[in-house]
Amino acid sequence: MVWVIVAIVVVVLLFIGFLIALFNRLVRYRNRVDNAWHQIDVQLNRRADLIPNLVETVKGYAAHERGTFEAVTQARSAIMNAKSVGESAQAEGMMGQALKSLFAVAEAYPDLKANQNFLALQEELSGTENKIAYARQFYNDSVMAYDIARQKFPANIIAGMFNFKEQREYFEPETPAAREVPKVSFT
Amino acid sequence: MYEQISANKWKSGLMMAFFFAFVVALGYIIGLAMGGTDHPQYALIGLGIAFAIAMLMNVFSYYRSDKVALSISGAQPLEAYLNDPSWRHIAMRFDNTVEGLAIAAGVPKPVPYIIFDPAPNAFATGRNPEHSAVAATTGLLTMMNDQELEGVVGHEMSHIKNYDILLQTMTIVLVGTVIMLSDIFLRTFWLGDHDSGGNGEGQLIMMVIAIVFAILAPIIAMLIQLAISRRREYLADANGALLTRYPPGLASALQKIGGDAHQLRRANKATAHMYIAQPLNRDKGKRGSRLNGLFDTHPPIEDRIRRLDQMTGNFQEVQPGSVPAQ
Repeated sequence: MVWVIVAIVVVVLLFIGFLIALFNRLVRYRNRVDNAWHQIDVQLNRRADLIPNLVETVKGYAAHERGTFEAVTQARSAIMNAKSVGESAQAEGMMGQALKSLFAVAEAYPDLKANQNFLALQEELSGTENKIAYARQFYNDSVMAYDIARQKFPANIIAGMFNFKEQREYFEPETPAAREVPKVSFT
Repeated sequence: MYEQISANKWKSGLMMAFFFAFVVALGYIIGLAMGGTDHPQYALIGLGIAFAIAMLMNVFSYYRSDKVALSISGAQPLEAYLNDPSWRHIAMRFDNTVEGLAIAAGVPKPVPYIIFDPAPNAFATGRNPEHSAVAATTGLLTMMNDQELEGVVGHEMSHIKNYDILLQTMTIVLVGTVIMLSDIFLRTFWLGDHDSGGNGEGQLIMMVIAIVFAILAPIIAMLIQLAISRRREYLADANGALLTRYPPGLASALQKIGGDAHQLRRANKATAHMYIAQPLNRDKGKRGSRLNGLFDTHPPIEDRIRRLDQMTGNFQEVQPGSVPAQ
């Protein structure tokens, strides 16, 4: 009789331990998603800090290209104000276009292209672009790991009981151009 | 991934234990051999000294191996190159690549180091992702384009994430010590032999055991080193390519490394297994005899490139079990 009770207690304790482990696993994955999201912000802020410097440097050589500067500034504030994954991705697209035309402008000024400060900013900016891309990749990976963890059986029961239901968005390129195959022409 | 991390931690622990047992046994035998039948208490003294040495070495190798590895290879912190205008651009690119891939892997940024050497090679070291470093030669940094550099750094980053670095780096100090001890042992043994003037069968047997021990030690040490490094290179290639999402980058980097004729100056037997591509025996390593293949610390580059080519377009995290043995 005593043994039966002991056995039941052990089984119940094991079961509770298992549930706790499962729950903690979900918490860990969810926190990783949140952390990954902030990583993206960190990189976006770093780029936003670089951009005024870049604009100033280019202005010193090509002050009359006002339209280009405005586009960059607009894109920058759009990024700063973005709330959701979708909005931020869209603002990103704008920024990408604006920076592209800024560098296209720079191409026309040999003095500017030789400027050490400009070169360093360019390197820093392209490095930051890569880091943003990697931060998004890590975010998407984390979301996927989280989704797998909470949709698998039996974790999906726990996920249903506690608050692991909300869907996390994946990062996807929002500009139509990013989905198309780039056209390359040799003329 | 997580199974592999715990396997690596477990193996590191096992290696510490083996090292411990080996050094203590060695100390005991040295004591016996030196004391002979006249001074049996020497064996206990040897045991005690060896015990203390083994403890210290284990602690030292856990906490300081990365520094040893970096200084043996002649690596310098990246900052020195950032201030040099002719290297500034290259150093910045390396710094950015390391940081980017650390973000992609979700680990803290390792400290970047640069080795001044024209031979293209790189390695990662440290005891965990929080205490890690990546070193690349100036040859590698100048030779590779952005995608190739990302491939190489991605490979190193997955060594860091997998805790390969702990095992690889501890091997340097522990295996290095075993080789050194057996060297010292052989010498002191000959000296001790002359002093005591050899009496009795007991000492003769001890002599034989001691010699066998001393000869076996470096061979065992080398085999351990080989065993730990070959399969994990494939795994790091695969997971590194997964990080960059672009296997051809690493494949073409390996091609360039394989095609380069320079020998890495500061590499030696103790550190060879750390590098991304085999730094020693480059000529002999090019296929050829199977016997040579046995002593290679890395799988052949052609093989690694072939596996990366097969990977293109197929991104699944690679589990240790799914990497076939050679």
